[in-house]
Amino acid sequence: MKVSLRWLSDYVDITVLPEKLAEKLTMAGVEVNEVQVIGENWKDIVVGKIVGVGAHPNADRLRLATVDLGKQEITVVCGAPNLVVGDKVAFAHVGAQLIDGHTGEVVRLKPVKIRGVVSEGMVCSEKELGISDRHEGIMVLPPEAPVGTPLSGYLGDAIFDLDVTPNRPDCLSVIGIAREAAALTGEKFNIPEVCYNEVENAIDFFASVEIVAPDLCPRYCASLLTGVKIASSPQWLQQRLLACGMRPINNIVDVTNYVMLEYGQPLHAFDYSGIRGKQIVVRRAEEGETITTLDGIERILDQDILVIADKERAIAVAGIMGGMDAEVTDNTTTVLIESANFNQAAIHRGSIALRLSSEASLRFEKGLSRDLPLVALKRATQLIGELAGGKVAKGVIDAYPGKWQREPILLSTAQVERLLGVEVGLSEIVKALELLGFSCEQTEASLEIRVNIPWWRTDISCSADLVEEVARIIGYDSIPTTMLSAPLPMHEPIPMLSLRQKLRNVLVGCGFQEVLTYSLTSLEMMSKLSPELRLIGPAPIRVAHPMSREQEYLRTSLRAGLLSVLARNERYQENSIRLFEIGKVFLPRKGELPLEREMLCAVLSGLQRGLFWRGKAEPVDFFVAKGVVETLLSQLELVASLELTKDETLCLGRSASIIVGNDRVGVIGELHPKVSEAFELSETAYLIEIDLDKLSSLIASTKEYQPISRYPSTSRDIALLVSEQITYQQIYAIIQDFPLVTQVTLFDLYVGEQVPAGKKSFAFKIVYQSPTHTLTDEEVDRVQQQILDKLSQEVGAALRA
Amino acid sequence: MLNQLEELASKAFDELGKVTNLEELEAWRIRYLGKKSDLIQTLRSLATLSLKERRVVGARANEVKKALETSLAEKKKGLEQGLALSLQRESLDVTLPGESVLLGHLHLTTQTLDEICSIFGGMGFQVVEGPEVEWEYYNFEALNMPADHPARDMFATLWMDSDTKTGDRPMLLRTHTSPVQIRVMEKSRPPIRVIAPGRVYRYEATDATHEWMFYQVEGLAVDKNITLADLKGTLFEFTRCLFGEERKVRFRCDYFPFVEPGVEVAIDCLACGGTGCRLCGNSGWIEILGAGMVHPEVLRRVDIDPEVYSGFAFGMGVERIPMLRYGIDDIRLFYGNDLRFLKQF
Ligand SMILES: [Zn+2]
Repeated sequence: MKVSLRWLSDYVDITVLPEKLAEKLTMAGVEVNEVQVIGENWKDIVVGKIVGVGAHPNADRLRLATVDLGKQEITVVCGAPNLVVGDKVAFAHVGAQLIDGHTGEVVRLKPVKIRGVVSEGMVCSEKELGISDRHEGIMVLPPEAPVGTPLSGYLGDAIFDLDVTPNRPDCLSVIGIAREAAALTGEKFNIPEVCYNEVENAIDFFASVEIVAPDLCPRYCASLLTGVKIASSPQWLQQRLLACGMRPINNIVDVTNYVMLEYGQPLHAFDYSGIRGKQIVVRRAEEGETITTLDGIERILDQDILVIADKERAIAVAGIMGGMDAEVTDNTTTVLIESANFNQAAIHRGSIALRLSSEASLRFEKGLSRDLPLVALKRATQLIGELAGGKVAKGVIDAYPGKWQREPILLSTAQVERLLGVEVGLSEIVKALELLGFSCEQTEASLEIRVNIPWWRTDISCSADLVEEVARIIGYDSIPTTMLSAPLPMHEPIPMLSLRQKLRNVLVGCGFQEVLTYSLTSLEMMSKLSPELRLIGPAPIRVAHPMSREQEYLRTSLRAGLLSVLARNERYQENSIRLFEIGKVFLPRKGELPLEREMLCAVLSGLQRGLFWRGKAEPVDFFVAKGVVETLLSQLELVASLELTKDETLCLGRSASIIVGNDRVGVIGELHPKVSEAFELSETAYLIEIDLDKLSSLIASTKEYQPISRYPSTSRDIALLVSEQITYQQIYAIIQDFPLVTQVTLFDLYVGEQVPAGKKSFAFKIVYQSPTHTLTDEEVDRVQQQILDKLSQEVGAALRA
Repeated sequence: MLNQLEELASKAFDELGKVTNLEELEAWRIRYLGKKSDLIQTLRSLATLSLKERRVVGARANEVKKALETSLAEKKKGLEQGLALSLQRESLDVTLPGESVLLGHLHLTTQTLDEICSIFGGMGFQVVEGPEVEWEYYNFEALNMPADHPARDMFATLWMDSDTKTGDRPMLLRTHTSPVQIRVMEKSRPPIRVIAPGRVYRYEATDATHEWMFYQVEGLAVDKNITLADLKGTLFEFTRCLFGEERKVRFRCDYFPFVEPGVEVAIDCLACGGTGCRLCGNSGWIEILGAGMVHPEVLRRVDIDPEVYSGFAFGMGVERIPMLRYGIDDIRLFYGNDLRFLKQF
């Protein structure tokens, strides 16, 4: 919201610099984004009076204006259509800094010769002065403007651009800010008395108000004026509206806007002749009822929307926008002024349903004071009387079914100290609250007061609210800084946190870059994970109103996100890419929040290591990926076994379940070529996916020390010839199972000319060791023979010569 | 005896001629001059001989020993020189690149989260987590924002598709990490001291400073006698740990429906030091945290008596911190996952 310093000064003496005031407001909760000083550059611009207007000798569209500047008169060439003798204007001498009316650039005024006539200075438009965008004519100053004085002294201003928090609708007004400014600077706050004469018949003679929906309209006030004359508002009023970013329309509408800016109460003026049956009815709209609002759009209403109606039809959407049928026009003579309080939720919903918001609805939505309508109505009635003439009907209509009873709140010094951590004396508390308009009475208890809430404050409902009021007046800076001193709460470690950290660190050590991808994705993206482009896995949960199709569904796996990142980075990363993400996937559950499963997904493609000048870098393959899984699990003291599996995203025969104990915790494999193609990948990629919730449950919480054998170990190499169908695991399991065998390592696998067709050769290094004695050659030979016998029996293995 | 000695000597000289490196030389030394060598054994056995024999054999044995030792020294010198020469010949081009070990990086957000959590961890705050898809209740009502509350407009919400007609409660993507406060307080009693990092979501058009998904860290401390002064102390320490001791920290009044009094924490602008620039919107200050004393209504709702207990809560955006620190001017870089960006950190 924008507030002018000059306008503020109507209610409070501002004795500090604008920047200082801005700082005080900001610290106390009303953030000032910007202070725009108007007239800062108005050197050499003074108030002048047009004393003569003559024709230009050489140009029809230009005229010569003679301007009285007090000590001198100057005649200048002027193209504006609105030169009137006697008007007060802003006159710029040569050398003044102005804004070019056409280009918008800052220029310095030079003497010029226009069509043969020398012009030293000029009469300015609002745009040239930087006040507004208006450039149709010169700016006319109020008649009381003192001739010869610098314009900055007369019209200079500072405009505060404020961010008002939603709890303070009272601060969406000049008076609200003035009250804050007064409290923060200690100056007195004054509000001029409102008085006017009521000479017309009683208002009841003209209209009555019926509130059919009192739940949505706690109060409805109205006044009426006959014989008004619609015209432009005076300059000062237009000026203030413009400074606050509102466009002047006519004197009636301008007054309603002016009072809204002044008091924060939205008002509406009806052309009385448009109200049928002398009746105002505040009711819910009928289903399908229509109204054409002031913006010219016909709107279809429903029962959730509150309307202001006459006897026959809706004439305004309550609190949001008026209707065309009772709009104030140039022909209007009698106006009915509405000043009401509407239910904030009703206005909020109506505004959303109609996709229509206005300065009025934005205020009503925040919940306004029920005491405000009458105060604001009287002010508007007075101003309309003054500016548009007319006779004010006797009395006002005040339908007030939702009368407000506000209870005082008890506050003690102990409560203040308990929340703020600093002792504040009772008198200081009272002083702070009274500056803000609260009234305080001592209660029977010592050091306790009963605080009455001022009628304009809708945000105060408990003692904590009052403590904040005290804090912001004494200043947050005056509250000390202390550290928490209480003993630490008991903490239960969360296993997932350390698991995640461990995995991350190992993966980074294995050359993987961590990425974080969006949780929302599209069906299209997810279906790329299947060669048939169909959705695999559980049905994803949809966002009700997605921002775009790319962000429509919650991801059910991390795969697609990671593969798109891989594709995107392949373009400028030639050698080797390894990526991983640890994050949540979302699986639907009936009647419950989705299951948020913590997953790890990693992808790798390209070379096994960076390019190097010695040796050849091989591309990554299944076993490089498997090595990563084994490294990860060994860090967690877990051992995985793999088992061929079917997974649509991966190649059959090159993909496997990762099994820990009896649980399938994940999959690993080579990406299916069709999937690779769908993601536009250029290299063969391998994918690892592990369910961390499952993994976490398998991690042993206890660990026991293994004594180190004091006796030497012996190692033997054996080469075995087996049929091609036999797996490594079958042989490994047999050897590993023998006593004294402590380590079995495969160091060669050979298939080819040197072995018979249908056979392959495994070469193992077997380490033997005893915890009780030094092994003799005979002992080792004996065990090794037993191993060979068993291998021969069970898998048909023969020792290779 | 003498014959044996002569044979030994000629064999030793013969073998020494064939030695080509220092290891062989050492083996040779042990064989012919070591404690167990024939020559030394011979010298030791002199005592068993007659005086005459002892003199003759002894003198010869000593001569042979000296000769062997001299030859050994010469040979050794020769070999060492040769080695030095050959090493010199084989010297490396040390400027050739070393073989790099593949190393990844943690995501910048993870690094920042780790840093924040470790600072608060040092102050006794434990990390907790909550769901990203939440009930409307936890995201709003329980935080003192009933339906149609004007403050809800501060949180443009992504609602989940749910059939409210069949009685399903409205579900949403949490707009802040504050619901975790409620979940923690529902489950545990004071004293409570936790922080909750995580993803949050907003219905928002993206640009250089806005992203629809980002990370927040929430904090909560509830106990007897927790005050605004404690809040100031805790967050003052935190900001200075994160941004350096020379930073000024500003606490001003602000409004969040679930705290009262409410606080905004800002630091003096890193770019201009407080004089005003584009980064700080000419204010000289950069907002870092929203905070405040837990609202009595919020405490009451989780059955914690606000007359007995008090607490403070705070929340902060995570990406903003590295953005300020490293001068990153576009938040979309974080989850765009361009490795050329991520690998810089
Ligand atoms: Zn700055």
